[in-house]
Amino acid sequence: MSPTLNLAVPFSSQLINLFAAIMLLLGFAMLAQRRIITLINLFTLQGAVLSLSTLVVALTTHQTHLLWSAGLTFTLKVALLPWILHRLIRKLSVKWDVETLINIPTTMLVGIGLVVIAFNVAQPISQLSGTITRATLGIALACVLLAFLMMITRSKAVPQVIGFLAMENGLFFAATSATYGMPMVVELGIALDVLVGMVILGVFFFQIREQFDSLDIRQMERIKEE
Amino acid sequence: MNFYALFAQLLELVIALLLAPLLTGWVNQCRAWFQNRSAPPLLQTYFTLHKLFHKDALLAHNASSLFRAAPYIIFSCMALASAIVPTLSTDLIFSPAADAIALVGLFALARIFIALAGMDVGTAFGSLGARREMLIGFLAEPALLMVIFTTSLISQSTSLSTIVETLAHREFVIYPSLAFAGVAFTMVSLAENARVPVDNPTTHLELTMLHEAMILEYSSRHLALIEWAACLKLFAYSCLGIALFFPFGIPEAADPASLAVAGAILVFKLLIGGFLLALIETINAKMRIFRAPEFLGTAFLLAVLAMLVHLLLEVGP
Amino acid sequence: MLDMLPLDQIIIAILGWLAIGGIGIIVPRNFTLISRVLFPLGALCSLAVALFALTAIVATPQVAILPFGLPDLPFHLRLDALSGFFLFLLGAASAGISIYAAGYLRPGEGTAPGLQCLLYHFFLASMAGVLLADDAYAFMVAWETMALTSFFLVTSDHRSAEIRRAGYLYLLIAHVGAVGILLSFGVMAGSSGDYTFDAMRTFSTEGIWPTVAFLLALFGFGAKAGLLPLHVWLPEAHPAAPSPVSAMMSGVMLKTAIYGLLRVCFDLLQVQHWWWGVLLLVLGLASAIFGVVFSAVQSDMKRLLAYSSIENIGLIFVGFGLTLVFKSFDMPLLAALALTATLYHCLNHAFFKSLLFLATGSVLHATRERNLGKLGGLIHRMPWVTWLALIGVIASAGLPPLNGFVSEWLLLQSFLFTSGLPQGYLNMLLPVAAAAVALIAALAGFAMIKFFGVVFLGQPREAKLAQAHDAGRLERLGLLWLAAGCILLGLLPNVVIALLDPVTNLLVGSGLRGAASSQGWWLLAPISEARASYSPAIFLGGILLFTLFVFVAVRRCYHGRLQRGPAWDCGFPQQTGRMQDTAEGFGQPIRQVFSPFFRLTREHPSPFDAQPRYRVVVEDPFWSWIYLPVARLVERGTRLVAFLQQGRIAIYLLYSFITLLTLLVLTRG
Repeated sequence: MSPTLNLAVPFSSQLINLFAAIMLLLGFAMLAQRRIITLINLFTLQGAVLSLSTLVVALTTHQTHLLWSAGLTFTLKVALLPWILHRLIRKLSVKWDVETLINIPTTMLVGIGLVVIAFNVAQPISQLSGTITRATLGIALACVLLAFLMMITRSKAVPQVIGFLAMENGLFFAATSATYGMPMVVELGIALDVLVGMVILGVFFFQIREQFDSLDIRQMERIKEE
Repeated sequence: MNFYALFAQLLELVIALLLAPLLTGWVNQCRAWFQNRSAPPLLQTYFTLHKLFHKDALLAHNASSLFRAAPYIIFSCMALASAIVPTLSTDLIFSPAADAIALVGLFALARIFIALAGMDVGTAFGSLGARREMLIGFLAEPALLMVIFTTSLISQSTSLSTIVETLAHREFVIYPSLAFAGVAFTMVSLAENARVPVDNPTTHLELTMLHEAMILEYSSRHLALIEWAACLKLFAYSCLGIALFFPFGIPEAADPASLAVAGAILVFKLLIGGFLLALIETINAKMRIFRAPEFLGTAFLLAVLAMLVHLLLEVGP
Repeated sequence: MLDMLPLDQIIIAILGWLAIGGIGIIVPRNFTLISRVLFPLGALCSLAVALFALTAIVATPQVAILPFGLPDLPFHLRLDALSGFFLFLLGAASAGISIYAAGYLRPGEGTAPGLQCLLYHFFLASMAGVLLADDAYAFMVAWETMALTSFFLVTSDHRSAEIRRAGYLYLLIAHVGAVGILLSFGVMAGSSGDYTFDAMRTFSTEGIWPTVAFLLALFGFGAKAGLLPLHVWLPEAHPAAPSPVSAMMSGVMLKTAIYGLLRVCFDLLQVQHWWWGVLLLVLGLASAIFGVVFSAVQSDMKRLLAYSSIENIGLIFVGFGLTLVFKSFDMPLLAALALTATLYHCLNHAFFKSLLFLATGSVLHATRERNLGKLGGLIHRMPWVTWLALIGVIASAGLPPLNGFVSEWLLLQSFLFTSGLPQGYLNMLLPVAAAAVALIAALAGFAMIKFFGVVFLGQPREAKLAQAHDAGRLERLGLLWLAAGCILLGLLPNVVIALLDPVTNLLVGSGLRGAASSQGWWLLAPISEARASYSPAIFLGGILLFTLFVFVAVRRCYHGRLQRGPAWDCGFPQQTGRMQDTAEGFGQPIRQVFSPFFRLTREHPSPFDAQPRYRVVVEDPFWSWIYLPVARLVERGTRLVAFLQQGRIAIYLLYSFITLLTLLVLTRG
């Protein structure tokens, strides 16, 4: 009747589970956040937790290429991208509160529903994986879905971009915990894509702002066919 | 009936009654340090209580017998609550009488009585306070219940003694669900104990009051009992947090030596807890009243998330 | 008489009710006889029913066949543990209500007292008939009698158009539900056409028909119980009825619907699917949240209680759904736990909701006001009603040490076991359901505080409230009986669980009694003491002792001097009763937080109004989502059919001619 608890799980797996839980917590915190600067800081924190987790996996499974992954993640997600975002914010003189299309408690409720779906979808898949931390696949999928939700329910452009980046965080976490990382080539490719995407999006922000005098995406409805 | 169990229970009750005002004093002291001003003496709360007990009670003309009885009932509820939370030992006489759900019910009972007392005299402030208190309460209570459910799912029991024993005496395992539950619990205890960012306990502006507005009409011994009950509530919540999330050092047996050690560990943990509470209060600003449901809603959903994370990560297939 | 079978004893008590009603109609205007003799006699009959039902719960099932009914289907009656429990509920609650009604009747008001006596006692008798019926015909006869008598009771004050409208809506939905129940019985009777319950128990368990029967029964019984979305009659009918009738309907009649569904699900249908349980769970949660949110924003005290009834029925259905889920996964002990919680909550609700409705009856009699905005400060003029209503409020909010807490505690305990279920989604969704139940319980506390605080505490909002009088002796007796029931049910949970043991054994095949009572009468530990335990006696004793101790200690160490003075007015000298919170004001946080649930119409004053006015009307969204579209559809359909009615004889003859021709052509082959 009562399910057994995994007490014989080694310490490193517990640590990975803890990091997974913190990633999910940060995903929810970003969903519930109202201020842009705090949003970027939370995203930075998520990147740091991600690189720490990759480091732990690298050390326990003795795969050196994961060490490079961890380093790359750290440089990109904790140092470079937040710096770009902060600079973007300063240049656009954007300091508003995040406006949401549906109010925050409803967003959180939908988030919980997404978490339940993600957990249930991931369970049969994670049975197939052979790694020690396969239960975290559900959490990674949940992070991706939550980031997607953040992209949908925000009305300004910068939080949407952060949602896009957080999605990539979730995917990376899924890759490291379930399959011990992707081939290095794939990883470098994704990292480059993300970086280039950021630069292009930054350019777009200025264009949008010039066209509509505002970064509110609801203004973009003006360009639809009447 | 185990003599030591009875002794441990009574000792817990007495320590709760005596130390609760000291905890409040310590929190005020830490807050003053952070705000770079000199603090009132550590024993100030005791002096205030003594002064209040001496005064004549002044009641409004239309205050009813409910108004007069409420402080005693609230005080008894809080004292009973501090007796139930295991702080010095898990072998307590009262532990089979009330489990964690009953503890939440006890807090709710006290809240109902104080809200009714607030509405009794029929002034605008009293009912304002009662309405706001119920607004906070209706979200805080389920959040607390869900935090307790998370720990119950881990320890397969809702009895507080069993929960503490399971979490303290098993080998050290990191439970991520407890991380979520811990954050949710902190948010709930800030709301329930009327602390910044939900309510400012030192405000004297009636329109910004939540908790204080309900007790505006009370004076002398009634006010003293309510203030003491508020200190006891903070003490009970702190001990509950310690018991659920940092239970190391609470012994199973109740012999005098281990009780003394447990007492010292408890005082140490409470000192750190009070310090952190003062830190949180200083960093944050009080939020608008209608952000409070959002705040508590977040706590509630975090607690639900903790249960889901437990079911996913910590229960083997 | 005492050595007869319990079934015969109960039948005699029912005949007693019928006789009392008959006497009442013979002398319809003899007020003293009716209120001082007949109603108390009715209460005695109720007490007798309750006692005999208690003995029947532990006895073996008894059947009886009455000499009237259809030619080939005489009335079958059956008294088993389930019927016995609900008869106990009926008897115990109605004893208090009848005594109260004896004191509530006032001469010269509305319908003749004799007619009310007849309808009331026939109502009681028909409910007992529903609980005893063992074949579909007897059941439907009793069911319809119940609906009719309660309709007439609801429209007692038939001069008011609003009350007539409420009664009409009630009758309409009751009959729509009855059609559902009849169809369900029809499906279960199957091709054999034998409508006795015994025959239905052998109904085949294959295929889709059990599901069809279940869904029809859910529709029918759900309409009577007030389950979403068939609940719209409840907030109209309960306030319209006189208070003893509201108490009877809310406390007892809704439970007969629960009885019916329990009988169909566990006794007549031999198979249960887990998704039935999930459906019930979802509907129950939706009803509960809807009910409690709406009750928190009402301005009419009886509507507030009616919506609160919807919430409690929702919680009962949540427990019911859990029982079905556990039963379908073959976990009899857990199913017994959930079923015990459900049945306990039925009993608790009967007591505390009746108590609250009767208290509003006293308030109504004393002040002639139902609107919360015109009440207040009644604790000074009506102390008996206030303190007894406080017991009802604490029980209704689900607080220890009273009875509401015990059933909620049991329900939450059964949720904690759901992580052992084999179904993945269910495993995860049920903790979320537990969170919803906790939220509902907290909101119920909010609504009850609003009710008690606005009506009884504070200052009077109208000058005429100074003439309010307290409840009469008989009214007090009725209220005391129900309050004592609340307290005892809260303090002696093991006794009630021992009582429920045969019922759960009958329905799900297991009982809690073995584990529960091994610790003695004062400790409730349904599974094991290490797992969960609760002792209401120690709780209550602890609080009372401590209160007394502190009171005495403060008096001895300090003093007990007291002075009276004006209330704190913050420098504003003219505090009036209208400056305290109104009912709308108290409910405003809920209105704001849960605004998607409501349809609000608001009228704001502007600075230029000579007489500024603020109005807010909260409406049930189900009217515009479901009922009005359905009504419009029906109207359109009937208009199309009305096209056939041309009013000329030639056309009607033409119809007959066409029919004749068609039949001739068709039967040619």
